[in-house]
Amino acid sequence: MSIRILGAGVMGLAIATELTTRGHRIEIIDPAGPPGPHGCSWWAGGMLAPHCEVVDAEEPVERLGLDALDWWERHTGAVERKGTLVLAPERDKGELARFARRSRNHHSLDAEGIAELEPDLAGRFNAGLFFETEAHLAPRKALHALKARLYSAGVAFHTSPPSTSSELTIDARGLAARDALPDLRGVRGEMLVLRCPEVSLSRPVRLLHPRIPLYIVPRGDGIFMLGATMIESDRRGVVTARSLLELLSAAWALHPGFGEAEVLEMGADARPAFPDNLPRLRRRGSTLYANGLYRHGFLLSPAVARMAAEHIDTGITPEFMDETS
Amino acid sequence: MPVFYGTEVESALMLGTAQYSSPAVLAEAFRASKAGIATVSLRREHGGGQAFWELIRGLGTRILPNTAGCHTVKEAVTTAHMAREFFDTDWIKLEVIGHTDSLQPDVFALVEAARILSEDGFKVFPYCTEDLIVCDRLLHAGCAVLMPWGAPIGSGLGINNAYGLRALRAEFPDTTLVVDAGIGLPSHAAQAMELGYDAVLLNTAVAKAGDPAAMARAMALAIEAGREAHRADPMEPRDMAAPSTPVIGKAFLA
Repeated sequence: MSIRILGAGVMGLAIATELTTRGHRIEIIDPAGPPGPHGCSWWAGGMLAPHCEVVDAEEPVERLGLDALDWWERHTGAVERKGTLVLAPERDKGELARFARRSRNHHSLDAEGIAELEPDLAGRFNAGLFFETEAHLAPRKALHALKARLYSAGVAFHTSPPSTSSELTIDARGLAARDALPDLRGVRGEMLVLRCPEVSLSRPVRLLHPRIPLYIVPRGDGIFMLGATMIESDRRGVVTARSLLELLSAAWALHPGFGEAEVLEMGADARPAFPDNLPRLRRRGSTLYANGLYRHGFLLSPAVARMAAEHIDTGITPEFMDETS
Repeated sequence: MPVFYGTEVESALMLGTAQYSSPAVLAEAFRASKAGIATVSLRREHGGGQAFWELIRGLGTRILPNTAGCHTVKEAVTTAHMAREFFDTDWIKLEVIGHTDSLQPDVFALVEAARILSEDGFKVFPYCTEDLIVCDRLLHAGCAVLMPWGAPIGSGLGINNAYGLRALRAEFPDTTLVVDAGIGLPSHAAQAMELGYDAVLLNTAVAKAGDPAAMARAMALAIEAGREAHRADPMEPRDMAAPSTPVIGKAFLA
């Protein structure tokens, strides 16, 4: 089938990948050209952490997120399987207990266990949780890798729709699709990229806090991504001073070495989300909408892409499809 | 049921809308609790929160916008005006934070902001401490509702100063009083109502519970129980053990 995909963010590229391997002819339209800072997956943390994420999400996030590790490895070859370390300062250890109660596939660490995993954090925390089977990737590299593979598989990339028609259109535009999906809303996220060669971490670290939870994802070469705020706002634009203060204070609490970091980048965007913060597939005539990945772009796009492809190939109504016509 | 500026509300539970894992979970908690009032913040959204606020409006619950996150009189007044415009209500829950870590209110700025907003026609619900003098000043500034804390926001520590809250109730028998903040468990909420308070405002205890809807329902039940208990005129505690059935004259010797 000839299929046109609107949007070259993580959703569009993942669906294109899934459909290309099934033999469909794909073209991708993105006015800003893929992939880049105009899409919110550009600013993602890239944590493939289904067990951690389900603490504040619905059950499918964990079940379907498990697919993501193999999928990204198969299609980009760039998944780091180092697990996730979850920590809390001494006075917030109640947060750690709650996190442990509400998640599985972890084991508890004492100060010694933490130091063994992350020597630079030695002596800083007395208790933590280790989610050994989780992983992370570098989102921008992963998006580029998908694009490169699609390109070599003959997928056409356009910045405006060509005059030829296609049999099916897949709308994967993220928040821009609000013109067709009125129950989509934006949830603002803000992030920083730091260079801090004096601190070394080999896996994502989550620092729990009642008001300001933080995660730090190492990108290698002394580069770290810090994220991310969650604000019920569709405002994009730059990071606010308050968010900057909070993110950096939390990083400082994790390791004072971050105080000397260079701030390479500050980013903000709005995640597309439906009211239950789960994705949706909607079929309207010859258009299929795939949207609402919220903060789980890299975690859930493989599952949603697979569902979209199965729907196209077999006509089934997959789990996240709430509209068919 | 509690009366706020002449409006009677059907439930003594006021529920916040922050920190839920999704708007769907939030809506479920509201359905389960039948809360009479939903509080909602505007400060951090920078005018981009319309979609979320529409969801809150869709709950069908009376809305009390708040100035959470404001640290100065000017910020709070500006935020109140934004709230009035967007939610089309002159009700405003006034928060002016004085201490970043404990989120303790700056009561001096609070009184000042309450005066400005009251003169401007707002019906102010001030988040305050249980200090009698501060509360008196707030009433003079135009407030007809007082919302003293039970404990710091989000702490879940419950009623930290039952004596102070009782004294406040005794001092202002005709003012609508709400325990706002610090509630962690239904027993805390029941205690607030047993003290004779008109309503309880809480958020984190429900939003961060493993099952927010179940906790919301539990809070509503506890508030109802506490309210009934207060109206029932509870017995005074006493030191002496008192069997509830007279023993004299009863054939208790087997």
